[in-house]
Parts: sequence; C-alpha cells; structure tokens
Amino acid sequence: MAELKLACNIVKQVEEICEKYNNDQGELINILHEAQHLQGYLPEEMQRLIASKLNIPVSKVYGVVTFYTFFTMTPKGRHPISVCMGTACYVRGSEKLLEEFKRRLGIDVGETTPDGKFSLDCLRCVGACGLAPVVMIGEKVYGRLQAADIKNILDELE
Amino acid sequence: MKKLSVEDLEAIRKAAESDLLLREKSNSLLSGESSGLSIGTDHMQLLVCGGTGCKASSSAAIVGNLHKAIEKHGISGKVDVITTGCFGFCEKGPIIKVIPDNTFYVQVKPDDAEEIIESHILKGQRIERLLYKEPETQKSISDSKHMNFYRKQKRVALRNCGFIDPENINEYIARNGYLPLSKCLFEKNPQDVIEEIKKSGLRGRGGGGFPTGMKWELTAKQKSDIKYVVCNADEGDPGAFMDRSIMEGDPHSIVEAMTICGYAVGANHGLVYIRAEYPLAIHRLQVAIRQAEEYGLLGNDILGSGFDFHISIRYGAGAFVCGEETALIHSMEGKRGEPTIKPPYPAEAGYMGKPTNVNNVETFANVPVILEKGAEWFSQIGTERSKGTKVFALAGKINNVGLIEVPMGTTLREVIYEIGGGIKNGKKFKAVQTGGPSGGCLTEKHLDTPIDFDNLLAAGSMMGSGGMIVMDEDDCMVSVARFYLDFTVEESCGKCTPCRIGNKRLLETLNKITEGKGTMEDLETLETLGKIIKDTALCGLGQTSPNPVLSTLENFRDEYIAHVKKKECPAKQCKALLTYAINPTKCIGCHMCAKHCPAEAIIGTTRKPHVIIAEKCIRCGMCVSRCKFDAIVIC
Repeated sequence: MAELKLACNIVKQVEEICEKYNNDQGELINILHEAQHLQGYLPEEMQRLIASKLNIPVSKVYGVVTFYTFFTMTPKGRHPISVCMGTACYVRGSEKLLEEFKRRLGIDVGETTPDGKFSLDCLRCVGACGLAPVVMIGEKVYGRLQAADIKNILDELE
Repeated sequence: MKKLSVEDLEAIRKAAESDLLLREKSNSLLSGESSGLSIGTDHMQLLVCGGTGCKASSSAAIVGNLHKAIEKHGISGKVDVITTGCFGFCEKGPIIKVIPDNTFYVQVKPDDAEEIIESHILKGQRIERLLYKEPETQKSISDSKHMNFYRKQKRVALRNCGFIDPENINEYIARNGYLPLSKCLFEKNPQDVIEEIKKSGLRGRGGGGFPTGMKWELTAKQKSDIKYVVCNADEGDPGAFMDRSIMEGDPHSIVEAMTICGYAVGANHGLVYIRAEYPLAIHRLQVAIRQAEEYGLLGNDILGSGFDFHISIRYGAGAFVCGEETALIHSMEGKRGEPTIKPPYPAEAGYMGKPTNVNNVETFANVPVILEKGAEWFSQIGTERSKGTKVFALAGKINNVGLIEVPMGTTLREVIYEIGGGIKNGKKFKAVQTGGPSGGCLTEKHLDTPIDFDNLLAAGSMMGSGGMIVMDEDDCMVSVARFYLDFTVEESCGKCTPCRIGNKRLLETLNKITEGKGTMEDLETLETLGKIIKDTALCGLGQTSPNPVLSTLENFRDEYIAHVKKKECPAKQCKALLTYAINPTKCIGCHMCAKHCPAEAIIGTTRKPHVIIAEKCIRCGMCVSRCKFDAIVIC
C-alpha cells in the first residue's frame, strides 16, 4: 500500500468511521459520505485507507466514488457555487447564469479557482422551483437571479 | 418511555384532537371574519411553512421573529407558532396561515412578523398587503379555499402537509394516524390487507404505474426467512419535489405505511433509500422514526401485537439511475448503482438476495388513508384505470409554481390555466413536459386530455414521478430535447451499449442541429436510433431516454426543420444561430450596453447610436437586460 499522506487525526477519524459501521462493505456509501464530510473531498489516500479497513480492493472504492456525483476527489472552494440545472431552472434561464459564472471566474464546471476561493458545480433541483432560477453558494440559496446580478454577489463574498 | 397499547394510542388521539380541532374547524369555515385576541378569541395559531422552498426564503427567521414579538407583547400562552410542511403554493412563499380565521398570508418577510402579531393577532386587523391577489381581478383573497390555485385540488397524499407539525407525532395521531396500522395488526390478516390495497386500484406513483397490491402479493408469496420493504425516496427527476415535500410535511405516513406493508408481505425490516441532497427530509424522517420507536409504534412487538418492524435509512449519492429498483438495491448494498436484468424481480431476489418490496414515497403516503377510509372510497376518485389522485410539481413558465394534488382524470388545461394561473408574463403556451427525462412534451392538442397513466402514455409521454414543466413560445424545443439528453448521457451508468453510446450519438446529433450544422438525414438518424435505444436498452432509464427527442420530433418537427434548412432558431434560443444588433432609431447612445458588455463588442460615442461587432459578440444577452430602450434586436 502506498504511503499515507493524510494527517494523523484524519486517519484516525476515518478509521473510527469505518469501525462505527463494523467495517461492513455494505455500508461503503454511508462511510464515504461521512469521510467526505471531514475535508470536503475524498483524496486517493483516504480511499486506500477505507479499502484496507473494509478489506476490499481500492478499485471497488474508486469505482463507487467516481460513479456517484455526490462524491468528489478534488477539494472544493471556500465558497462552493452550485447552479441548479433542474428543468424548472433551465427553462427560466439557468444556463445563462452558468455561462456568466464560468466567464467571471475563468473556471469550468467541476473546477476550483487557483486561490481556492470559489468552485463551480451544477446540481439537479434543490426543490425551490418557485424561486427559479436558483443558485446555491455554500448553504445559502439565491433565487430569481439574472446574469447581471452575479458580479455583485461575487464581489460581496470574501 | 412506556410502549403504547391500543388504548393508549386512542387516549393520545383524543387528547391531541382538541389541539387540531381549531385548525380543522377553521378549514371548514366559509367566510372568515378576522379574529384577534382583543376581540374575543382566546387562542390563536400561526402555521408557518417550513418546506425547503420557503426555508430558502428565510421562513426560519420569520418563526424566530414571531416568537420574539409574542414574547414582547406577553401573549405567550395564547398564541402558538407551528412550523408545518409545504402548503404547495411555492410561488408565493413563505406562507403563513392564521388560525382560527384561516387567513392566508403570502410572501411574508421576517420584518412582517411584528406587524402580524400587533395588527392581526392582537387587534384582529388583517394585513391587506400580505394577502393574495387574484391576478385577473386584482381582488384580495384572504382564504386559500377561494383561490383558483386550491379550488380544484384534492389532497389525499398531501392530506397532512401544511396542516400538522411534522415533528410532532401526537398531531399525526390526532389525524387518525397509526389507527390504520393498529386495525391491520389486530383485525386483519396480511392477505386481507393486500386484498384491500388491490381493491383500491392504487398504482405505483414512482412512474411505472404497476398495481401496488399485486406487487405486495408477489413479495408475500415468496418463502424466505428474511424479507425487506424498501421506500424509494431517490427522487431524481430534475424539477420534481413531490416526494421530498411529503417526507418533510408528513413523515409519519411513510413510517406507518412501510410498517403496514411489512405486516402484509411478511417483512420485519424496512429501508428508506433517500437522496443525500434532501437534508431536511432526512432530518424529519429521522425524527419520525425515533418518535415512533419511543411510542412502540415501530420496533419489537408493535402495540403488543407480537409483530416486529424496524426502519433504517440509506443515503443515495447523486445517481439518477438509482431510482430504478434493481440499481437502487445495488446502491443500498454499497455498490455502484448499476441495474440488472429482470427477472429475477426484487420481489423474488432483491436486497441481499432476499425478497424485497420496493414502493415510492407517494405510493406509501396513500396506503394509510386507503386503509382508514376503505378501498371503495379511494377507488371512487380518479378514472377507470387510474384510481386516486396524483401529486404534481408544477413549474417552469407558469404563474403559480407549486405542488398540487388533483384527482386522476383532471385535464392538463385545468391544471395549467386554472390551478397554475396560466402562462407567465402573458406569453403563449407551447408545451408541457411530463415524466422528466423519461417523458415527453405534450402540446396544445393534448390540453383537454384527462391526465392518467394510460392517456399520457398514449399521447407519447408518461406520468413519471410527477414533474410538470410548462414551456412558452420562448422555449426552443430542440434545446429542450438536448437538455434532457445531456442529462441522460451524464446519468447513464454505462453498463449497456445502447444507452451508453446510443444516447451519446443522439446528443451529438442534437448539438449539431442547434449549432446550425444539421442535415435532414440527421432527423432520420434521431428517429431510427431513438427507437433502437428504446427497444434494446437494459433498464427503464435507457428504454425511455429517447422520449424527449422522439416526442419533440413528432410534435415540433417544423422547429427542427427550421434549424436544419433555414439555420434559424424560431424561439431565438440557440446561440450559434442568433445575431445581436442595435436598432439605430431606438438607441439613444446611453452607453449602458457597452459598459456592461463582457466581450467589449459594442462601440459608439455617447448620444450616438451604438453598434455591435458581430465577430466579437458572444451572444450572452447582457446588453438586452441592460438596455432600457428595447434597442437591441435579436435575429
């Protein structure tokens, strides 16, 4: 196994999560959810560690991580931006919002700005369709947005 | 805490009933005079919507401010603030309902809390500006029953949403909750329960429309030491939020229904597979499970009947295909959510290889009420082959976005024009998309079709889980088809070739057309390939994925042809086919457009008409939103 580059306390926490679920392979998705919560993403070393705890091949863990969109292997920005691409938001113009974010931040979907401040993603429906088009930044929901509002929103975030 | 007996349950119901009586009474009030503490009312309740939509517009802050104002005026014992589930009228959220006069306040802001307490609660004076105004007449309506949005609705699955506090089990019990369960356990044998569900004609609300009773029977017949009941709460259709609202507004109905199902099919374990993107629904469900366990309505020896049933929660991780039952089961086992060929059906070999009954949230929400009021009552609602009601998430270019529940057989016209209040900004209706990425677009000619499983299928769409997206003349149907295909390609699990490669080719062809590079042969390719994918894909996702393309090709062929032959997008949406220009007679040279143009594609001197340099223009539309003189033309 490759040498671990994770911080000691993270290693310990991941091990504890696995043990909480009795190192049960069937709980892999629940374990990954909790493990991702620690640092906001699932680096390769963390996947290796989980695989060895559950006694399954790393390929299986990697297979699951890459299958589900909720799991990510790249760190998110301090302000993770998610543009809703549900149908209701789409027909009310969310594609234009996405274009504007991409243009202003100079990054594509799934990327993080070099300063680590913003990351950009799409999501499928937060269920606030009455406020369409909707963008989530961190936990905050911004509703009824127009491309012209985006500059101010980005400027306000530290 | 002591486990309840049947008598204890009845005692709780009686005690809690009086709390709800005020709400039930005011619901049947015909014309509500306003009421207030200073004019003879001694107890009032404020129901505040705590669904995800209203929470996004700070309904939690409203609750906080209401509490502060109540304290300030020293009326704490006389007014209750109750956070409920979704009222459905999301367009106008956050919503507050005042009991007992049934006043329905819309678009309330945290700052309005003080005035609500001071004017309405204390003095009995309604706040005019917070009342709903009927768009056509501009008349204020204080009572939801008289609003067009609610008039044609019939709430069965949503019976408790927006009415009870979802985190208070006593309120659920007061609405006869857990009574059907107790009746089943003590007065019916499992076969009777299944017969009752079969007789009701309930069909799966997740999309397929398979008869629920028959599904239960299949699992019940299997001989196995362990069986499972699974609630499919992986609501992946983008733009649909029925299941989420039920779990947020009435989680106990799901807990009760799963337990009844367990009793009927002979299972002692229940699993809810829920999207991780629904934190509030997860929380409310966890609370409900804990409360039911404390009361002995879940766990070992339920109500002293000797029947054991346990429920645990499994989280999805963002994969649309996991709504398909075999994929969902693999995902619950900690694997990639890839579907497998049926048979074997989950009823034969499902979770961990054991017989498993999978039903959707809304299907379960109907179960307790069917057993309470009887199969006959339920089967009177709806059409010949589709009984009961259906919940729809009505969204898109429509005035009243929200969650609605109507009897099966209601027409699309009633839903869109009466309940939905017509098309936004007076535009022209173009299409309504039902069934999400698996469904199709219906047009003007389908408006009078009664909605049920079979009619929608015959019209080239499907019921699906209940997303209903309305589109107007500004929506390009080729782009809409491309949007759905883009979704399917991203969500395809990649296991079978028709779906993995076929859909990718469909998407590439659609891209070509929207970029003005399409040929007439491409239209034929879309049709033939679409049909092949439908016939050969492994699971429900692949078999339905070409539907958005095929249905738009059939209903909006002219639009496809315009893209191909004239290189034009009639709805002016496809960027590659548009040119932006400035009308010199309208432009006053205010320079606003040039200032905000991100591509620096607009030139001109102040007070002289400006010009857009076509080569530089990125067609972002920023100039259109900035120009106050309608001087930008798109052609």
